[in-house]
Amino acid sequence: MEYNPITVTDLNRYIKNKVDGDEFLNNVLVKGEISNFKHHYTGHMYFTLKDENSLIKCIMFKTYTPNLKFVPRDGMKVMLLGTVSVFERDGVYQIYCKAMQEDGMGNLYTAYEELKNKLEKQGLFDNKYKKPIPKFPKCIGVLTASTGSVIRDIINVSTRRNPNCYIKLLPVPVQGKGAADKIVDAIKIMNKYKLADVIILARGGGSLEDLWPFNEEIVAHAIFESELPVISAVGHETDFTIADFVADLRAPTPSAAAELAVPNIADILLDLNKYNNRLKNSLNKKIELMRLRYEKCIVSRVYKEPLQKINEKYISIDMKVKQMHNIINNRIKDNKAKMIELITKLDTLSPLKTLARGYSLTMDSNGKIINSAKSLKKDDKLILKFKDGDTNVKVI
Amino acid sequence: MKKEDNMNFEEAIKKLEEITTELEKDDLDLDTSVSKFEEGMKISKLCSKMLEDAEKRISVLINTEDGIVEEDFE
Repeated sequence: MEYNPITVTDLNRYIKNKVDGDEFLNNVLVKGEISNFKHHYTGHMYFTLKDENSLIKCIMFKTYTPNLKFVPRDGMKVMLLGTVSVFERDGVYQIYCKAMQEDGMGNLYTAYEELKNKLEKQGLFDNKYKKPIPKFPKCIGVLTASTGSVIRDIINVSTRRNPNCYIKLLPVPVQGKGAADKIVDAIKIMNKYKLADVIILARGGGSLEDLWPFNEEIVAHAIFESELPVISAVGHETDFTIADFVADLRAPTPSAAAELAVPNIADILLDLNKYNNRLKNSLNKKIELMRLRYEKCIVSRVYKEPLQKINEKYISIDMKVKQMHNIINNRIKDNKAKMIELITKLDTLSPLKTLARGYSLTMDSNGKIINSAKSLKKDDKLILKFKDGDTNVKVI
Repeated sequence: MKKEDNMNFEEAIKKLEEITTELEKDDLDLDTSVSKFEEGMKISKLCSKMLEDAEKRISVLINTEDGIVEEDFE
C-alpha cells in the first residue's frame, strides 16, 4: 500500500484557502476582552481576545491603528471587526483586525450626545459667553493630575515661552469616580480666591470612559460659571469633551494650552523693541522735518544778508533824488527858455526902438506919457524923450 | 486713564501702542511730540521692568482645613 502524505505547508495552505473562502469569516464582528496586548515598535498591535472560555489571537496592522479612538490595553472590553485567516508558517488562525471600539461604550456615547444637546440648548456653548483669554496673565492655574506627562508638558512649554512664568498647579484626579466632583471643587477654589488669571483644565488622551469626568454636567456648569477664563485641553486633538465645548478656549493638547496661555517672551521683547524704534524714529522724523523747515527759512536772502534790503532801499532813495534833480533842472531850463523868448518879444515891442527911428515921447513933469493934445494947456512943462536923452519944454 | 504705576502689562502695552500711533501722526507739534515720546519710552521701560521683575515659580496648591497653602512644586 502506497502512502501519499502531503506536506505541512500544503496542509496549512489548504486550511488557509478553506478559511479564506468562507464569507462569514471574511467579515466578523467579535466581542471580548483584550489580553497580552503588545504595541510592537513596527507599529502593529498584537493581542489576544478572550472570554471566560476561549481565546483567539488578534493582530492589527499599523495601517489601521491610527483610526482607533482609544488606546487599547489589557482587560479592556472591546468589539472588533476583522477577517479570520491562517498564518501558514505557524499554523495558527487569527483575526486580522480592521477596526475596534470599546464595548459597552454605546451607553456612554448616547449620554454624551444627550448632554451635549441639552447644554447646547441651554446656551452653555454660546460664543457670547466666552471670556477673552488674558494676553499677559501673571499667573496660570493648572488643574490636572500632579504626576504624569500633562503637567510636565505644560511646565516645559510654559517655561520655554516665558522663563519667568508663574504656574500654580491645583492637583485633581482626572479619571474615575469622584473626579468630576474634585474638578468642580478645584474650579470653585480657583475662582473664590482668585488664584490665577486663567485656568488650564487638562488631561492626556484616553478612552471615552477615561475622559468621562470631563463630560459630566456638573463640570460643564462649573466651567460655565467660572469667572476666570478656562482653557480646556482634554485628551488628544480628536477627542472632544463637553468641557471643551463649554470652555472659553479649547486647546487640542495640554502643550497647546500652555502655548495659548503663556505669551512668548521673546516675541514680546521684540514687540517692545519695535515700539521703542517706532517712537525714536517718529520723533527723529519730526525733528528732522522741523530742522528742514528751519533751514529753508534760514537760507533765505533776508537772513543771509540782512543789509541787502537796506542797501536796496538806499539805491532806490538815490534814484528818487536824482529823478527829482532832473525834474527841477528841466523845469528851470524850460522857464529860462520861455523868459528869453519873452524878453526878445518885449525888446521888439520896446518904445526905445521907435525913438531910434526919430520919434519922441511926450511926458508931463511926472513922467506920465501924454497921448492927447487936448489935455495940454499953455505953460505946461513937458519932457520930451529922444533916443539920446530928454529935454524940458514949455507949451506956448 | 489709569496711572502708569497701576497698569497691568496688557494695559501698558495697549497704551504704548496708542502713544506710538499718535506720535507717528504728523499733526503733533514738537513739544507735544517730545512729551509723547518721553511718555512712550517710560511705558516701554515699565513693560521691560514688569517682564524682568516676574519670577519663575511653579507651585502646587494644597487645600487644607486652614485654607489654601501654596508650596513649591516638587
